[in-house]
Amino acid sequence: MRPVTTESAPVRWLLISLAVLTLVLFLLLPLLAVFVEAFRRGAEVFFASLHEEAALSAVRLTLIAAAVAVPLNTLFGLAAAWLVTKFRFRGRALLVSLIDLPFAVSPVIAGLVWVLLFGARGWFGPWLAAHDFKIIFALPGIIVATVFVTFPFVARELIPLMEAQGSDQEQAAVTLGARGWQIFRRVTLPNIKWGLLYGVLLCNARAMGEFGAVSVVSGHIRGKTNTLPLHIEVLYNEYQFSAAFACATLLALLALVTLGLKSAVEHFTHHQAARHK
Amino acid sequence: MSKHRVIPGFGLSLGFTIAYLSLIILIPLAALFLKAAGLGPGEWWRILSAPRVLAAARLTFGASAAAAGVSVVAGLLVAWVLVRYRFPGRRLLDAMVDLPFALPTAVAGITLTSIYAPSGWLGHYLAGWGIKGAYSPFGVFIALTFIGFPFVVRTVQPVMEDLGSELEEAAVTLGAGRWTVFRRVILPSLVPALITGFTLAFARAIGEYGSVIFISGNLPMKTEILPLLIVSQLEQFRYCEAAVIAVGMLIVSFALLCLINLLQRRLDWNRS
Repeated sequence: MRPVTTESAPVRWLLISLAVLTLVLFLLLPLLAVFVEAFRRGAEVFFASLHEEAALSAVRLTLIAAAVAVPLNTLFGLAAAWLVTKFRFRGRALLVSLIDLPFAVSPVIAGLVWVLLFGARGWFGPWLAAHDFKIIFALPGIIVATVFVTFPFVARELIPLMEAQGSDQEQAAVTLGARGWQIFRRVTLPNIKWGLLYGVLLCNARAMGEFGAVSVVSGHIRGKTNTLPLHIEVLYNEYQFSAAFACATLLALLALVTLGLKSAVEHFTHHQAARHK
Repeated sequence: MSKHRVIPGFGLSLGFTIAYLSLIILIPLAALFLKAAGLGPGEWWRILSAPRVLAAARLTFGASAAAAGVSVVAGLLVAWVLVRYRFPGRRLLDAMVDLPFALPTAVAGITLTSIYAPSGWLGHYLAGWGIKGAYSPFGVFIALTFIGFPFVVRTVQPVMEDLGSELEEAAVTLGAGRWTVFRRVILPSLVPALITGFTLAFARAIGEYGSVIFISGNLPMKTEILPLLIVSQLEQFRYCEAAVIAVGMLIVSFALLCLINLLQRRLDWNRS
């Protein structure tokens, strides 16, 4: 006999089918379409689109932006999580909300703020022009816009994790005479490594896929300031659909890898937690 | 608060956190607010009451609310099935929910457009019923639902997992049917999570850009969203207009997030 707190089998299977149908039609189909559209005109066109000079330079630029933004925000995430979980001080709650702030800001606005600061008619625009230094419509602008939108990701993963773990182990290490860096490396880091990895992965996925903020500051100079998502937009607007989708498969694969690693990390930490119990 | 903190690193982490937060987030946002504040109320009114801005605001807020509403229903269903039932493929399904978080918005934009275009896999069925999928306000709604839906699942899921079965069992012994138990016992305890999920999806949808601009068609007065309007003002070097519209959007988003924070705090307080 079924327990009283579940539904009858037909209702159960109806609900499961509805949920599966929703997810397949709504999420799986778009993912599938990326690959189908990419290969619509054959594998040759697909690989040619990826080997094009503009595509390669877009990939390079995307990698550079992520290579700067992700380590910076990882460093920040570690410092901020250490600060708000190991210490109690006035303004702590405000600080935690401020860290989340970029989540509430439209990507377009995240680009706009840098244009207002450094654009040709921005606050520092004339000064930059006088010193022949370009931020907007150039690499530095793309980097700061990416840093802005990926700012909270690592901190957001670490804060709840480190809050839940408490600081007993760190305090014990202090009484045993450990120094600050030693405590972090030998006590804290092993405890948070999976959460940290997951935060870094999410941060990286967003950094490489960011579109709105980067689009505002980039100026769309082909082969120069187009990141991969912007290159996709340019191709799409030029009706080169197969090429656009070919480049999109790279980002779709990045998303799949991120999701796969996420599931693996969750699975692993779940088992670890079970073992400790 | 003790002056002697046991764990080292307070000064260093405080200094770095505040400096980095200020440089990357606070000072740039302050520059935006200063720019907008430099204009008088008359200018503000002139910019925000322009028909094109009003039309974009109506579409942005309307489609975002509709998308968040549909996300709540679909999200509740999916969370329920993932938490309560065991079936083959459940873990894969669970992992799939995060796809819109991980898929870059530009990719989501072009692939949704290809599916819902009149010749697309789903678009041609819609066209058969006389519904225009892509290049219409409905397309905006589709993209925003895609983006917002995981927020609802991921806020409702943990709450659902923590629900004990005692109340449900008690309700059954008192003679309640399954539907009554769901409606009167389970649903009320999920309402805070559903509201939070709705608000998160709504706030995200208001600012969404990449996934919308491909599917919407971007006709001024018809299918133009606020973020796109900001971009087009910027392209014409109208910094003041762009700043005022941006500040307007930010005020709405911040107000929404403050509201859910307050709501959460009150609910936590009620529970304890």
